[in-house]
Amino acid sequence: MTRSVSPPRRPRRFVDPWLYVMLAPSLILILVYAYGPLFGLSIAFKEYDIARGVMGSPWAGLAKFRYLFKNPNFKRVITNTVSLSVMKLAFRFIVPVTVAILLNEVRSVPFKRAVQTLAYLPYFVSWVALSGVFISILSPTDGAVNEIIKAMGMKPIYFLGDPDIFPGVMVVTDVWKEFGYGTIVYMAALTSIDPSLYEAAAIDGAGRARRVRHITLPGMTSILVLMFILSLGGLMNAGFDQVFNLYNPMVYRTGDILDTFTYRIGMVNAQYDTATAVGLIKSGVSLALVSGSYYAAYKFADYRIF
Amino acid sequence: MTVEPTASARRGIRKSAGERAFEICNGAILSLLALLCLAPFVHILAVSLSSSQAATAGRVGFWPVDLSLNSYQYATQNPVFISAFGVTVRRVLLGVSVDTLLVTLAAYPLSKTNREMPGRTILAWIFVTTMFVGGGMIPSYLVVNATGLRNTLWALVIPGAVKPFNMTILLNFFRQTPKDLEESALIDGAPQPKILWYIYLPLALPALATLTIFDTVGHWNEWFSGLIYMDKQVNQPLQTYLRGVIIQPDFTLLNQQQIELMSKISSKTYQAAQIMIATTPVLAIYPFLQKYFIKGLTLGSLKG
Repeated sequence: MTRSVSPPRRPRRFVDPWLYVMLAPSLILILVYAYGPLFGLSIAFKEYDIARGVMGSPWAGLAKFRYLFKNPNFKRVITNTVSLSVMKLAFRFIVPVTVAILLNEVRSVPFKRAVQTLAYLPYFVSWVALSGVFISILSPTDGAVNEIIKAMGMKPIYFLGDPDIFPGVMVVTDVWKEFGYGTIVYMAALTSIDPSLYEAAAIDGAGRARRVRHITLPGMTSILVLMFILSLGGLMNAGFDQVFNLYNPMVYRTGDILDTFTYRIGMVNAQYDTATAVGLIKSGVSLALVSGSYYAAYKFADYRIF
Repeated sequence: MTVEPTASARRGIRKSAGERAFEICNGAILSLLALLCLAPFVHILAVSLSSSQAATAGRVGFWPVDLSLNSYQYATQNPVFISAFGVTVRRVLLGVSVDTLLVTLAAYPLSKTNREMPGRTILAWIFVTTMFVGGGMIPSYLVVNATGLRNTLWALVIPGAVKPFNMTILLNFFRQTPKDLEESALIDGAPQPKILWYIYLPLALPALATLTIFDTVGHWNEWFSGLIYMDKQVNQPLQTYLRGVIIQPDFTLLNQQQIELMSKISSKTYQAAQIMIATTPVLAIYPFLQKYFIKGLTLGSLKG
């Protein structure tokens, strides 16, 4: 009775407590396994003692950082990391963009699909299995690649043991594994270009080169800018899975990167405090790069995470 | 006036000859690239099916020499290989189930507005922040140790179970679902889990399928947690075991001769066979996933 008398009101939204219940398990796990380690970062400033734990170990101030910056290996590792990832970054753009443009010019759909399918096959294979493949085919004694080199009358090349060649091998194998994935991203961007633009250009007498130059490339600009900005955040990641599974002491001079260095001093030498200090430096630089690049992505490409 | 059409027609013919040349070159370049992606696997498959002598003499190209199934026989009889395979199957089943359940249950509430779920934006940022800030290798290792997961299957499942990236993809997908359907259910007094199950989830199945596929491949390929959290070889997953077979992580060996010698100890064909067994499941399913794969990619990178 009263309900029918009272004036019509918008129903007040009821907050369902179930929403919080559903979120709780993930929240607990992320707090323990993602935020927990953040507190563990404090051991970078401590003289870590396994028996006394994170809280009980005595403070050491910046001793570990001073030790690192005096260590010539650390400087070498930073140089290697940045140069390797810059090279990878460049080729991860050039190759997939070129392949996407070439694929876009293909008319036969089955051929297009076949090339795409084969091109991103390596993307799905782990670096462990791929390291097995590359160690085998690049072997200086019985590897397939060196068999070809020897057949051409040249001396075999020790691809994974020569520090001058190793970074190049990393770049080539990385691009080989990743370009198919990138190609698909750029192809997806190309499908959003209005086909009538191409038709109009063709009627106006524009050849392939000019159509690519004036329609395809401008159509890709926004995705290119976005992908470039977002990839800047990964500058300190030179590819742990790849390098760790392919490097060896002979190529430390050019092949040792921040993550492999951290692994060796942390997991192998059990110098947890020093290894954490390396990790902290890396995280700090990465965080600055990531926030800068996401801000830029938001500014220039109107990109938002959610 | 009458000359013009002829001229443009002539130009048209000349262009089409150039076009054809371009098309042939383009097709050749792309075919070569595609084959370059396949070639190493065909070679390793051929090596795995060849005799040891032919393989070590470097006589194997893309076709097996002295066809032999010995390496596969040897691999499938090796108890360590079998146990590693079993660990991987179990971690994929358990890991993918846990991940899928968690991502659904977390993405749904976070897809609501602040009015429907007060505090939602802050909660969402708690998850997203972890995509960019982390404690790194050693502190993560210490937390896994402290929570007692070490040397259990859960060490391969729990620490990475919450994936904020997948969560944002599914969250954005949930948001595209029309609100009207939910409104009518809310008036009927349905609780949120019921609305998720009957209204949102059926519509989100393609997105969820994409994430599940990627997650399966991810769990199948993951090797590092097996390396640092499993002390005993019987608890290690296939990829970690494979790593041990391929690269002896022994840094005391320093010169070229020693490293070369080490690679001779385990037979080349035996390694190739194990690589093939560990890789084939992924290679066998991925071509069928192309449709989902592209969909999942566009969901993630080109939304809005």
